[in-house]
Amino acid sequence: MANYFHEEFETLPRAALEALQLKRLQGVVARVYANVPFYRHAFDAAGVRPEEIKNLADLQRLPFTTKQDMRDSYPYGLFAAPMEEIVRIHASSGTTGKPTVVGYTQQDVTTWAELMARSFMAAGAHKGDIIHNAYGYGLFTGGLGAHYGAEKLGASVIPISGGNTKRQIMIMQDFGSTVLTCTPSYSLYLAEEAAIEGVDIKGSRLRVGIFGAEPWSEAMRAEIEAKLGLDAIDIYGLSEIMGPGVAIECVEGKQGLHIWEDHFIPEIINPETCQPVGEGEKGELVITTITKQGIPLIRYRTRDITSLDRTPCVCGRTHGRIARLSGRSDDMIIIRGVNVFPSQIESILMRSEGVEPHYLLIVDRKDNLDTLEVQVEVNEELFSDEIKVLQSLGRKIEKEIKDVLGVTSTVKLVEPKTLQRSEGKAKRVQDTRKL
Amino acid sequence: MKVEQISIFIENKSGRLAEITRILGEAGINIRALSLADTSDFGILRLIVNDVEKAKGILKEKGFTVNKTEVVAVEVPDQPGGLSSILQVLDHEGINVEYMYAFVERCGGNAVIIFRIDETDRAITALTAHHFNILAGERLYQM
Repeated sequence: MANYFHEEFETLPRAALEALQLKRLQGVVARVYANVPFYRHAFDAAGVRPEEIKNLADLQRLPFTTKQDMRDSYPYGLFAAPMEEIVRIHASSGTTGKPTVVGYTQQDVTTWAELMARSFMAAGAHKGDIIHNAYGYGLFTGGLGAHYGAEKLGASVIPISGGNTKRQIMIMQDFGSTVLTCTPSYSLYLAEEAAIEGVDIKGSRLRVGIFGAEPWSEAMRAEIEAKLGLDAIDIYGLSEIMGPGVAIECVEGKQGLHIWEDHFIPEIINPETCQPVGEGEKGELVITTITKQGIPLIRYRTRDITSLDRTPCVCGRTHGRIARLSGRSDDMIIIRGVNVFPSQIESILMRSEGVEPHYLLIVDRKDNLDTLEVQVEVNEELFSDEIKVLQSLGRKIEKEIKDVLGVTSTVKLVEPKTLQRSEGKAKRVQDTRKL
Repeated sequence: MKVEQISIFIENKSGRLAEITRILGEAGINIRALSLADTSDFGILRLIVNDVEKAKGILKEKGFTVNKTEVVAVEVPDQPGGLSSILQVLDHEGINVEYMYAFVERCGGNAVIIFRIDETDRAITALTAHHFNILAGERLYQM
């Protein structure tokens, strides 16, 4: 059985692939220069004209785009297509409350569905599969991204979304789901709940699991595969670039995630110097979208740390592979699939209490679910001699965090000076998750 | 007519209470009355001491979060129904008691109860009108 969705493109010889990349890069550079004032100014400031991009190496002459640039252009400033061409809007959490907004033209939605269908096939799914899509539907790109890809593949998709685990297990059993898409930690949670319900999930029809939106590890893969009896595949995506389906592991190799290079040009840079790292070395992933219409991004700094491997893969795909993500070059943490920046918690504390307390975020994983504890030092402004006042302070901060970030947290009030301070700057995050 | 009470925030971990009492003891501060309220995570220690400013200063210096609150000290007839007679007055006036605790020493033949009330002045007026004895801070600190 063929396991390619676009065999010609997925196995394009490198020379032809690079020629296609260059042609598409020249096209997108000309388009953003003409249509997006931000890029016209940035290119002018860098002293580079679109027609000067003669080969792929010239990409390095172009300026970077950051999440901050997207925030400064909130909400639609970086769109390269007129609003009447935009058929879909998604958003992810920003660093200080305002989300990062992306828009898709009809062509973008189609491309995304096709790349996601490719990703499903690479993972070992095909037409005829019943795809249990437990990614959240909404502004988050996970749910709808996987959904459209599943339909494009010709599979039957169950848009179950997140939550209500008991019902998920019942439907999975009764509907005969063969492919599961969710965060890796949720898959383990499902397995545990199934065991409690007396359901043999390992003996179910599930064959493939596609897991992403959260950091995980080879150890977790082994545990998931043992508990759920399926091939656990790592998928990568981010809303700024497209959503899920930017890169995926092939089931044959499970050695790095193929990034669809006919649509995205990946670079790995040293986050300090912004210079390219050596072949195969670790650094920050930078992506240029070369086919996007709605919001094309030039050299977008993902802040994700990985490396790029362009050696041939057993599956026959010629697209380079990025290594499983090993961290971030900023302080973002991912909790149950939700991006959280310490600065967001800080602004919530500032807004809700009017003071700038010292705080520490403790991220842990208990029973396979991420937990967030926010330790807040009680200073004189926050303190009261009444228990109920302090308790409601904690509840209020928890509610604010839930409302603004969509993450459940526990606030713990601690004595002053108990939180570690280092080199004048407090340590804000303690991630004790063992992945 | 009001009494100054200090409150200290403490995490629920061993040795905090011992630490606070040691600091106060070494500074020559005498604790006249105390109450400890706690939850599973933290507690609030409330103290009436003989030198409020000194106690507050030294605890802040040692890194504790300290607040000062006004409370009312009322002499209670040491007989069945004594406390009830005070609470009836406050209840009748619609005055809310946030918390209360007993003083460690007696005042003559009577007990002393510390009240934390949302409307301190109104409570004092009402209790005085009903001939209850409200103790002044200076007298309490030196008892």
